[in-house]
Amino acid sequence: MTEAAVSPAPKARATARRPDSIRLLLNNSLATGGFFILVTMALVALAAPFLPLADPDVTAPANRLMPPFSPDHFLGTDALGRDILSRIVWGTRVSLAVGLSATVIAAFFGSLIGLVAGYAAGRVDSVLMRGIDMIMAFPYILLALAIVAVLGPGLLNALYAIAVVNIPFFARSIRGITLGLSRREFVDAARLSGKSNAQILFIEVLPNVLPVIIITMSTTIGWMILETAGLSFLGLGAQPPQADLGSMLGEGRKILFTAPHVSVVPGLMILVLVMSINLFGDGVRDVLDPRLKSGVLTRPVARTTVDRKDASSGLKPRADAILDVQDLRTEFHLGGTVYKAAGGVDLHLAQGECLGVVGESGSGKSVSAMSIMGLVPSPPGRIVGGAAFLGNEDLFSASDERIRQLRGADVSHVFQDPLSTLHPLFTIGDQLTEAILAHRQVSGSEAMKIAEDLLNLVRIPNPSERLKVYPHELSGGMRQRICIAMALANDARVMIADEPTTALDVTVQAQILSLMNTLRHERDAAILFITHDFGVVSAICDRVAVMYAGKVVETGATQEILNSPAHPYTAKLIDCVPVLGEPERRLDAIEGRPPMVNNLPQGCAFADRCPKAQADCRAAPIPVTEFAEGRSVRCLHPVKEGEHV
Amino acid sequence: MAAYILKRLVAAIPVLFGLTIIVFLIMAMIPGDTATAILGSYATPENVEKLNRDLGLDKSLPQQYLIWLGNLLQGDLGRSYSLNRPVLDEVVERFSATMILAGTSLVLCSIFGLLAGVMSAVRQFGWTDKIVTFFVLIGISTPSFWLGLLLILAFAVKLRLFPASGMFAIYGGGDLPDLIHHLVLPALTLSVVATGVIARLTRTSMLEVLRQDYIRTARAKGLAERKVIAKHAFKAALVSVIPVIGIQAGFVMGGAVYIETVFQWPGIGSMLVTAISTRDLLLVQGGVLFVAAAYVLFNLAADIVQTMLDPRLR
Ligand code: SF4
Repeated sequence: MTEAAVSPAPKARATARRPDSIRLLLNNSLATGGFFILVTMALVALAAPFLPLADPDVTAPANRLMPPFSPDHFLGTDALGRDILSRIVWGTRVSLAVGLSATVIAAFFGSLIGLVAGYAAGRVDSVLMRGIDMIMAFPYILLALAIVAVLGPGLLNALYAIAVVNIPFFARSIRGITLGLSRREFVDAARLSGKSNAQILFIEVLPNVLPVIIITMSTTIGWMILETAGLSFLGLGAQPPQADLGSMLGEGRKILFTAPHVSVVPGLMILVLVMSINLFGDGVRDVLDPRLKSGVLTRPVARTTVDRKDASSGLKPRADAILDVQDLRTEFHLGGTVYKAAGGVDLHLAQGECLGVVGESGSGKSVSAMSIMGLVPSPPGRIVGGAAFLGNEDLFSASDERIRQLRGADVSHVFQDPLSTLHPLFTIGDQLTEAILAHRQVSGSEAMKIAEDLLNLVRIPNPSERLKVYPHELSGGMRQRICIAMALANDARVMIADEPTTALDVTVQAQILSLMNTLRHERDAAILFITHDFGVVSAICDRVAVMYAGKVVETGATQEILNSPAHPYTAKLIDCVPVLGEPERRLDAIEGRPPMVNNLPQGCAFADRCPKAQADCRAAPIPVTEFAEGRSVRCLHPVKEGEHV
Repeated sequence: MAAYILKRLVAAIPVLFGLTIIVFLIMAMIPGDTATAILGSYATPENVEKLNRDLGLDKSLPQQYLIWLGNLLQGDLGRSYSLNRPVLDEVVERFSATMILAGTSLVLCSIFGLLAGVMSAVRQFGWTDKIVTFFVLIGISTPSFWLGLLLILAFAVKLRLFPASGMFAIYGGGDLPDLIHHLVLPALTLSVVATGVIARLTRTSMLEVLRQDYIRTARAKGLAERKVIAKHAFKAALVSVIPVIGIQAGFVMGGAVYIETVFQWPGIGSMLVTAISTRDLLLVQGGVLFVAAAYVLFNLAADIVQTMLDPRLR
């Protein structure tokens, strides 16, 4: 259930986190609300003997079935004239006690089984878990019924029954976590230091498992209260004169038509009790479950939000460009911090040209490329400035439907990992024809024919057979060919390729590159090629734009830049390209790390890592200088020809 | 695929045998004199002696099990002493009523749960999401037996739209419209909790799926967002929801115990409650065995559907 939910932190960190967790919990207003209702109910239930309540068991036939809000009986009386308010308070007391005890019993035995099974592994594990599986093969409530059938009706027996059927939930989640933990270093260390298994289990492992136990308790206790109430409702739990909320409801049922309040009120009480527990439990889980904290569970919408402050401020497209990105600014807003992933990026692409966009990860190259067709995940991403012109059309002011029409038709994409970018549950043929049918008025069988031609085009042998297979049945190189075929399906003018060869091994990489190169010449398509690797750039790109910390720092023709880089960063990057036979040169990465884009310096972002940095570099933003035909650099002290940095 | 289904069916056989062992052991654990416990207040000395002979209580436990199992495989589950008829006949009759109720509820909770979950994920943080989340919370916190009573008060007593109890009208009933008329309230009540659970899980898996690279690919192809959600995202989410629907089958069949009691539906659940009160343990045994076996088969079906949806599992 929660097996994968919590990756346990080592003990020290867990304790350091605690005050923070409580604050987080209180920040969640629903959880806080649930907590306060729960605490109030628990306090009232505890204080029942001291409250000025009527005796819950005193019968008064003269006062039977008084409606709610009667004098002396705020919630009325039941069939025997007993005060319902008082009975509710005392009944809540019983229900809470039973639910809590059942949870503790289930948690104790379940966790014990889970800990032992996970720690011992091997045969002990499989025997214990087989037993747990057997219990889980029964429908939950049914097993509880069978146990009550054997033990006989009664509140205690109902409690045992509910506890037993909940043991598997604990055993399973605790076992999963323990299994992972017992392979960790700190357990090995404890073992080497001569601690006994029991010591390791309860001193080293248990504290790390505790959050999972708490999560499971908080998610099952509401359930257990409901189920014990249910057994009492059926007459199999609390026996008169003892009463919990469930048995009160059960008694009230007999006079449902004449005095509905006798059964409605206890049921409402169960609802409020269980709901407050669930609210609080959800809050506890959110805090202890790191997956939710990192905001993993927000979904990106169909298109990146465009929120330009300077509404397209009179930017004009270049005459000779098919795609022209100007002053693009894309930001990520995460928990109050703004990451300026693209901070004013200019890129342009002529018909049939291949432009390489090079940079380390985090330089903003992918974000810039994905911004063009609105494929940056949003939230948290948003485009806050600049323009992207396809021909004369500003894509950032186009309608959603217009963008949909352009995607895959005029501008297509090839992504990095072909395994995760193809849908695992649809055949290749299905995914290819879908791309065709999205933009062309052809029949299904015609689309199939086109798809077959496309596979021929990307040199896939035996295409009609390949159309029937699923992505996982193909090799990585094959899958990437499929992705390229898909990008070519509608004769796109521009193809945006985001590290299309990075996930592939070297020989396949070369094949894919030469394929892309051939195809773009054949079809006169422009390619925006994103990569971190100058080796790849030299194989396919006509021009290069080097990016660093969200800005383009150098542009020029590929050969010129490779021969004489002007920006110190470019020079370093080119030094990193592995030379055949000298694979270790690749390890010679650039010292230091790029600055975080939520905290960029005033001056040159590269200054901290730059061997040529001087005082003026840090003073003010560095302007772009065009120092030769088609070459520009964002640097005050560019590298001279022949100079080595 | 056929081979796979056959393999799964064969693999389910040991599980079914495991169930018989557990059911047998639970009954063998009854404290005190088994025959008297089973016969309860209906015990006459002749009956006790006959049952002791029938159950072979003079033999060892494994032998007893084998005898019991042998009888079971021949369709002999013993005789109900409170009803004075063979357990099997009673259980089969009751079982079909339970399956009608539970099956309908399972269909309802799958449809509503999936729909609500998808809508809530697609409109994350919007009003639909908030409303669905609120109803899910109510749904999983409401005692279903109480909800049943409320629905009876509202729809049967006040509005007189649906009957308050039973499976067919006593006079002139018995056809399908009559059954459906009686089925609406109990089936809806029974499906509420499971709808909440399924909606919640569907929302989470949709949110997870919508972040995947292949969803970006689908959008990059220029597919309409409707198709991205309904085809690409939904199918992937469904794969992880299907096993949970299988598990919900168990909760629905278990919950039928309450709902059948509330609506006086003549199913296994209400039979079990009566049988426990009268200590007719052979009847309990038969009922539990049938429902547990049905649960195994439901899970098996869920497994097979999941494999059909996900080629990677084949
Ligand atoms: S501007 Fe200064 S710090 Fe920045 S790259 Fe050029 S020389 Fe280095």
